[in-house]
Amino acid sequence: MSRLKNTFSNKKANLLNVYFTAGFPALEDTETIIRSLAESGVDVIEVGMPYSDPMADGPTIQQSGMKALENGMSVSVLFDQLKKIRKEVETPLILMGYFNQMMQFGETDFLARCQEVGIDGLILPDLPLSVYENEYQDLFKQYDLAPIFLITPQTSEERIRKIDQLSQGFIYVVSSAAITGNSKEISPEQVAYFERIEKMNLRLPRMIGFGISDHQSFSTACQYADGAIIGSAFIRALENGNDDLNHTIKTFVKGIRNN
Amino acid sequence: MISISEEGYYGRFGGAFIPEMLHPNVEEIRKTYVEMIQDEVFQKQFRQLLRDYVGRPTPLFLAERLSEKYQTNIYLKREDLCHTGAHKVNNTIGQILLAQRLGKKRIIAETGAGQHGVATATVCALMGLPCVVYMGAVDIERQQPNVSRMKMLGAEVRPATSGSQTLKDATNEAIRDWINHPEDTHYIIGSVVGPHPYPDMVARFQSVISEEIKWQLEAATGKSNPDLIIACVGGGSNAAGAFYHYLNEKEVRLIAVEASGLGVDSGESAATSVLGTEGIIHGSRTLLMQTPDGQIIEPYSISAGLDYPGIGPMHAHLIQSGRAEAVHITDQEALNAAYDLSKREGIIPALETAHAFAALDKIEYKKTDVIVINLSGRGDKDLDTYIKHLG
Ligand SMILES: Cc1ncc(COP(=O)(O)O)c(C=O)c1O
Repeated sequence: MSRLKNTFSNKKANLLNVYFTAGFPALEDTETIIRSLAESGVDVIEVGMPYSDPMADGPTIQQSGMKALENGMSVSVLFDQLKKIRKEVETPLILMGYFNQMMQFGETDFLARCQEVGIDGLILPDLPLSVYENEYQDLFKQYDLAPIFLITPQTSEERIRKIDQLSQGFIYVVSSAAITGNSKEISPEQVAYFERIEKMNLRLPRMIGFGISDHQSFSTACQYADGAIIGSAFIRALENGNDDLNHTIKTFVKGIRNN
Repeated sequence: MISISEEGYYGRFGGAFIPEMLHPNVEEIRKTYVEMIQDEVFQKQFRQLLRDYVGRPTPLFLAERLSEKYQTNIYLKREDLCHTGAHKVNNTIGQILLAQRLGKKRIIAETGAGQHGVATATVCALMGLPCVVYMGAVDIERQQPNVSRMKMLGAEVRPATSGSQTLKDATNEAIRDWINHPEDTHYIIGSVVGPHPYPDMVARFQSVISEEIKWQLEAATGKSNPDLIIACVGGGSNAAGAFYHYLNEKEVRLIAVEASGLGVDSGESAATSVLGTEGIIHGSRTLLMQTPDGQIIEPYSISAGLDYPGIGPMHAHLIQSGRAEAVHITDQEALNAAYDLSKREGIIPALETAHAFAALDKIEYKKTDVIVINLSGRGDKDLDTYIKHLG
């Protein structure tokens, strides 16, 4: 978790978090993707564990997950891959997936293995805050893993305060009432929501995600938060890119940063 | 004692494992539903609609020829005579009143056999609300009559094209729609599945079934308790309704009938209580068919309404605790039971319901026993399948 903390204390603006689905386009691409993202200067890398029934995800991430599962990706294969690449890369790594995946691996084993392979934080959208607080908080602490919770335009102020207390690393600000992969321009209502959250002076840094797809939306989001998260747009770039994964990734990140 | 906890657990099963995006909606329903159900104004409206619109109480019919065949005493609870042809409408009437109370302007639903979709489209027409029904592309093919009915009732039917393209995938799509429309939309879940409070709420709306069985059986036999109640289980709503007022009457045996497709061990099955392990599906901790890695397995049954890889948390608890007995029926056994019931009693059952009848060949009972079978729906929607397999 210290990698995550350091990243946010060393850099205060324009942080870029990129999500990819492990096992997509090919089973063995995990290392290449993480290495290229790290070399491109991405600040946080979010590794998606592909899931058969990803209820918070749109078609792009769903389809990449299906392909990844067909390719043979599994939680334990992923852990082995991560352990290898962690030796080379210092960028914070966050695992994103669904609670059932952690449950079936065995909760304690899962968290222990996350720490062992160098994971810094976890996003499990369907792990409820109350269940985390009552059942898993101590385990996350024991294995030095940051629990990262989501807030949405509908989350009450009281609940945001609570999420700010219970999360570590950063707060995931879901940009609108939506699943992943809807890319539209950022609307005035969204800006009002980002500003409302900004004025709350939360303890943790904020990263805006869902619907961030290009340089324009990235830089708008960065005006109202510490940084932003890109997922579906990156998956689409991988889909449409040529065989040179490294080149595709570097071009993509460059395009987002516009430099 | 079978009961549900404050957080929505039956024993170890239940809860609300939902993304933050759904938290405000689910919380709003949780805070509203018990108070609403206990409210006199709601009860009056609900009861009146069940009587004048749905046609309740549905009869409890002594099936003499079937009783003779099995050498026992069999009563049929005629949910097939509900308006729209199945028990599903008991729940949609309750939930449309909830949606109105919450000020929702748009309704979504998932459907397998199409019965819940029809029942939802029906109450939406009744109340003048727009309705979108998600249905697996495979189910759209095999339940055409219900697709046409939904359209005629003014609903939009959207195909779910991911995964096995059946009920599980339609449910995923409905959840995603709800995430995208959190403020104006109510999601009418069609069974005792999903995050708390849905399983309990749907069970309470369906509990009118066993409420009626109690007094009807008392009038018919002098005793309000049968010896056995048999119901098919997809998600488990008709079974929950038929069992509800008997849950804590230990002498009443509860028989939950699951679809085993081509056979429990064939790899083409939906027998969740044996093939399932504990996990999370659609926001609930329950038994579900999954790989060791936690990927949900695509189930199979000839019956679209039973083709679901999970089971409501109440049933997971009833079966694991031994309160209910699980029975497994193959496609062929269900078809045979449907042909037999049609000729013997003049009732063509839904394919789902046919599984409950086939269970008579699998369980032990006494000649003096009184058995109630919940006849959850009629078979008009399944005629194509029945004719195709008649050979
Ligand atoms: C007639 C009928 N019975 C049973 C079911 C299964 O659902 P449940 O287990 O919720 O009663 C369905 C579902 O579509 C149905 O149409």
